Amino acid sequence: MRANLSLSDVSLEQPALVRAIPRALLALTALTLIGVGFGLYMALGFAKADATQGEVQRIFYIHMPAFIGAFVAFAATTLGGFMYLRTRQVKWDTLALAGVEVGLVLAAINLVTGMIWAKPTWNAWWTWDPRLTLEAIMMLTYAAYLVLRASITNAETRRRFAAVYGMLAIILVIMVVMISRIRPDTIHPTVFGPSSQQARGTFELDASAGMSAALGVNMLVWAVLVPITLMWFRICLNNLTERLSLLKARLADR
Amino acid sequence: MQTPFFRVVYGIVAKDLQAEFRSRELLSLMLIFALLSLLIFSFALELDRLAREEAISGVLWVTVAFASIIGLNRSLTLEREQGNLDAMLIAPINRAAIFVGKLIGNYLFALLVGVLLIPIAALLYNLPLINVWLFIVLVFGTLGLSGIGTLLATMTAQTRTRESLLPVVMLPLALPVVLTAVRATTGILSGQPAENWLGWLHLLAVINVVYFAACFIMFEFVVEE
Repeated sequence: MRANLSLSDVSLEQPALVRAIPRALLALTALTLIGVGFGLYMALGFAKADATQGEVQRIFYIHMPAFIGAFVAFAATTLGGFMYLRTRQVKWDTLALAGVEVGLVLAAINLVTGMIWAKPTWNAWWTWDPRLTLEAIMMLTYAAYLVLRASITNAETRRRFAAVYGMLAIILVIMVVMISRIRPDTIHPTVFGPSSQQARGTFELDASAGMSAALGVNMLVWAVLVPITLMWFRICLNNLTERLSLLKARLADR
Repeated sequence: MQTPFFRVVYGIVAKDLQAEFRSRELLSLMLIFALLSLLIFSFALELDRLAREEAISGVLWVTVAFASIIGLNRSLTLEREQGNLDAMLIAPINRAAIFVGKLIGNYLFALLVGVLLIPIAALLYNLPLINVWLFIVLVFGTLGLSGIGTLLATMTAQTRTRESLLPVVMLPLALPVVLTAVRATTGILSGQPAENWLGWLHLLAVINVVYFAACFIMFEFVVEE
């Protein structure tokens, strides 16, 4: 393609072009993939089936860590917004955007695995339980973040407003975490600390049955490795898109 | 030299009240909407007497929330369209004072609609809603809605989608306020002892303080030019 002379000035910049995907990210991706596989083995094979719930309880090993992962991603959005307003560096806004998108995916995983578990346990895909409802509203809040971004043309204003909204939206995430303690009528079980009286599907983590180990591994994978890897990819993608529009603009100028 | 904080606040509130007193645009819009909402809820949910008693606090707060969204949109879009917001930003005044001034104006309208709504709802739904505690919940609840609403409406007034965006961005963030206000209202109306619902009122007050502080600080970032 080097024969294409109209692109020659672009080709000249090749050495300066940063690698689209840094080596460290490739290594992290490999680690994450292995981690996800190992986590699945721990959840589906290594840990013994729950005494009362049987096999269906195994989905919990992904369900809860995925929520913590979403929490980490949304926390990155808050941090990104805060740092953007202080430093006005675009990279912080990119981090905030990456946090929202990755957080939405992980929250969706959390919600879907929860629904699959709820069907046999609560006998319904969806109940209007406070925690479920709040989580759905939390996801809509971050969807509103994306809508807000999309409706602002000026890039600087968009970053500023997104930072403010991203910082406020964390309130909903905190509410999802707190709600089972504030509203005792939830049927959602709490694994750490006392569950509410109405909770259905409560279980104890039995360390000798390998359950704690399975949760620990999956927690590391889904709450740390997966969100960081995905956000990093999202940031790389953003850098490439920006570079692309820069090059396009330069081509249009010729 | 900067104009003193409270003189700015007073000036903005007086301006908003005077404009409203002359046109009566905003209040009539909000009130007609609120009445419609009360009636439509009653129809749509086909409420019988028992269901009405159970639904009234939710109906009341959803109505107040939407009515205040109408008011907020109008109040901030006008500032934007007629260039008044830009004028205020150029003027040597504290940005936070603009926030407090607009907040008080919006708050007074929302509170007034709520206060007028309660006796009408009591009449239509045949429930004893006239209650000092209910008024206190209304005072706090509308304050929380107006606080977060003033910040977000200032933002959405500067976007392409304008008015249509505010409910989408505001309702989820207003949820803590609406949730606690509804729980307190339900507790009061069902005649439960105070210790059952006073906690919700406390929580509502705490949420108000947190929201006000957050919005007060963040307002300067949404009016920067």
